[in-house]
Amino acid sequence: MVMTDRIHDLYDELERHRVMLSFKGSLTPDLITALLDMVERRMVRIEVDPKARKRVFTVVIECLQNLYHHFDQDGAGQHGAKVQDPHGVVMIAQTDTGYSVITGNFMAGQEVDRLKQHLDRINSLGPDELRDLYKSRLSDGTYTASGGGGLGMIEIARKSGGKLEYGFVPYDKDSAFFSLNVNVTT
Amino acid sequence: MQPLQLEGSPKTPFVNFDPSTGFLELKGRSIPENSIEFYKPLIDWIDQYGRSPLPKTALHVQLEYFNTSSSKCILDVFKKLEAIRASGHEVSVLWHYEQDDEDMLEAGEDYAGIIKVPFRMIQIQEVNDQ
Repeated sequence: MVMTDRIHDLYDELERHRVMLSFKGSLTPDLITALLDMVERRMVRIEVDPKARKRVFTVVIECLQNLYHHFDQDGAGQHGAKVQDPHGVVMIAQTDTGYSVITGNFMAGQEVDRLKQHLDRINSLGPDELRDLYKSRLSDGTYTASGGGGLGMIEIARKSGGKLEYGFVPYDKDSAFFSLNVNVTT
Repeated sequence: MQPLQLEGSPKTPFVNFDPSTGFLELKGRSIPENSIEFYKPLIDWIDQYGRSPLPKTALHVQLEYFNTSSSKCILDVFKKLEAIRASGHEVSVLWHYEQDDEDMLEAGEDYAGIIKVPFRMIQIQEVNDQ
């Protein structure tokens, strides 16, 4: 198939899935600011409930900043090219129950087990338990390199109100592709 | 001691710390990628102010959003206030949240449960941008 047909199919596909924003590439703080601005303007137009808007916006902030902070610094990117800067893919779509925020990025293969355990634990907890976990992580005095102390995924789960859907695709011996789908129910 | 004043930006809050009144204000959004860098001058300022604080200090927090990267830094700001209170001075945090924003109210309650400084939860109509 020629590239011009494929780009039309891609557009069609994005339309059908009610994608309001999709981006793949390198992320800088300025670009994140611009993407957030776009999401916020769009949400004001399509979502009447301010609480839902805030939850979606918070999830988008955390997801984009996860991509920014947690890229695979030493690993291979696509087609073996070395990745030097934060990059990934993000898609925000409307669903029948609310919104879906999907992100994907390469990560170090050795980190997969730890992240999987963290996500499984979060998924096993109810709202009150998530709040307790957030509070204990907040007050335990430890910082991660990004400054959040491992609070990001907990916050994402709290705002989502549902379980985090995730997957890991092994890429090569050192890296894996991590995908996350956060459904925000409105 | 000089006041600390910072304009708000799309990702960082408006800051106005006034040592002549003990009125400290943090307002807007706190969603920077590097929160530690943003908050360091604020925490250093309060640290220095705490060496000879006024009898009464009040921090007004009115945030529309804050990211998890900021949440630990905000806790550090409160810890500096806790130290001022522990040295025998009156300190309070006034935590503003928008009507119907239970999440922001909960966040304030969580801080209030961790920090030994009296918190007052204040419901407001709407947070203005920056």
